[in-house]
Amino acid sequence: MENIEMICIGCPMGCNLTVTVAEDIKVSGNTCPNGEKYARNEVTNPVRVVTSSIEVIDGELNRVSCKSKEAINKHKIFEVMEVIKKTAVKAPVKIGDVLIENVAGTGVGIVSTKNVNKI
Amino acid sequence: MKKYDVLIIGGGPAGLASALSLKEKGIDSILILERDERLGGILNQCIHNGFGLHTFKEELTGPEYAQRYIDKVIESEIEYKLNSMVIDINKDKQVTYVSKDEGLNIIEAKAIILAMGCRERPRGALNIPGFRPAGIYSAGTAQKLINIDGYLPGKEVVILGSGDIGLIMARRMTLEGAHVNCVAELMPYSGGLKRNIVQCLNDFDIPLLLSHTVIDIKGKDRLEGVVIGEVDEKRQVIKGTEKEYKCDTLLLSVGLLPENELSKKASVKLSNITSGPIVKDNLETSIPGIFACGNVLHVHDLVDYVSSEAKLAGEYAAEYLLHNRESSSLIEIKTEGGIRYTVPQMLDINNMSDRIVVRFRVANVYKNKRIVLKVNDKEISSLKKKVLAPGEMEQIFINKKDLVDADKIVLSLRDGE
Repeated sequence: MENIEMICIGCPMGCNLTVTVAEDIKVSGNTCPNGEKYARNEVTNPVRVVTSSIEVIDGELNRVSCKSKEAINKHKIFEVMEVIKKTAVKAPVKIGDVLIENVAGTGVGIVSTKNVNKI
Repeated sequence: MKKYDVLIIGGGPAGLASALSLKEKGIDSILILERDERLGGILNQCIHNGFGLHTFKEELTGPEYAQRYIDKVIESEIEYKLNSMVIDINKDKQVTYVSKDEGLNIIEAKAIILAMGCRERPRGALNIPGFRPAGIYSAGTAQKLINIDGYLPGKEVVILGSGDIGLIMARRMTLEGAHVNCVAELMPYSGGLKRNIVQCLNDFDIPLLLSHTVIDIKGKDRLEGVVIGEVDEKRQVIKGTEKEYKCDTLLLSVGLLPENELSKKASVKLSNITSGPIVKDNLETSIPGIFACGNVLHVHDLVDYVSSEAKLAGEYAAEYLLHNRESSSLIEIKTEGGIRYTVPQMLDINNMSDRIVVRFRVANVYKNKRIVLKVNDKEISSLKKKVLAPGEMEQIFINKKDLVDADKIVLSLRDGE
């Protein structure tokens, strides 16, 4: 059995939750059903959208901002960053262009979030 | 002298949204003056997501949110000038700007919308003792260096202030390979959103030290460390709690200040509390025909609210051009019991719209309160709130029909179910 403490981010209340993980998952400290749902997701499959920037060659800017097209498992964030840091793309880049496919084996692409013209 | 119906100062989210709503109201002679080399303002460097949930019902990054407005401005053929820095506005609504292409230029407008945004409170406003070595940045400067220019300002980091930009930068620097020792916050609560505390600090095991502040800065040429101590209720350092953190970078995220040097030049009256212009229900400042919106008016928590406020400013400026309001007396919205300010501050009851939005912030963290609107000492409406925090902007609506014969309007907080 394991007790995990977390803060719910569903609303500004920010309830302090305790999640007990044994054969089943028990959530306490929440003041609404959203808290329980949030806590369950956080212990079973916590996901985050990763945002960063990628080097641009021949662009009007040095960097183009980017994000994972969908949320990815939070334990993969640093692996994803390693790939992003090693990547450079050629201008022009448009918002929504896929800059990296299937980043770090997550099945999710990294897409551009900025337009960068070629110089 | 070249003339426009409306001049908009600033091409960030406020300036863009106000320009679009002017155009929708049939005003064609519009010029946006932007000092940076692209439109979009600070959103260009806010590459994290979470923008636009209210406006577009989806989570966008800052640059994506900005581009949606930029595309519409270009589509609507609204004129804008980049690299153009306004240096003076006078009461006759003559605006002086400088640019590399045009040199110094003066133009005149029938109406002006102030949309200059805000800037970060600098180290000088904090009175931290110690030397002035390299390695101390405002969080926004570090954000620009990393996200726009592609430079990491340091490897061992301490962040002072737990506003949202500080929290966002704690995560950003960690992802880029720096080690963030801690975030120190003078107050006993964070000014940042809960989501950012969880996803920017807790996710990466970065400690948030509440009621702590930086009391000494070490290093002469380059920052070598900072001393952090715990403070009591009077914000005095508790002896014996001092601890030195070795670091090469200190980021300051200690508040934002509306940027109103130009407003002052135009003799616009400012509020001591918001540091922005005092405005009427139509977002008009003390100078007729000069309007204000966005972070230059008061610091917002979400860009969605900046956009909706700026849209209103555009509509009101159009109304001013099309049919002038007959001047009538103004009534101040007074605040009591934990409400710090309201925007607008003044109502022109004869001329106001049927329903207006009033935005405000509270002074402290409160639980189980009611926001109460009283007119002539009689309660008109109240709204229950489970929690209120200084970091989050609140809003209520005021109906014109409730203000008949009003001579006293008070917004306050009281306990209550």
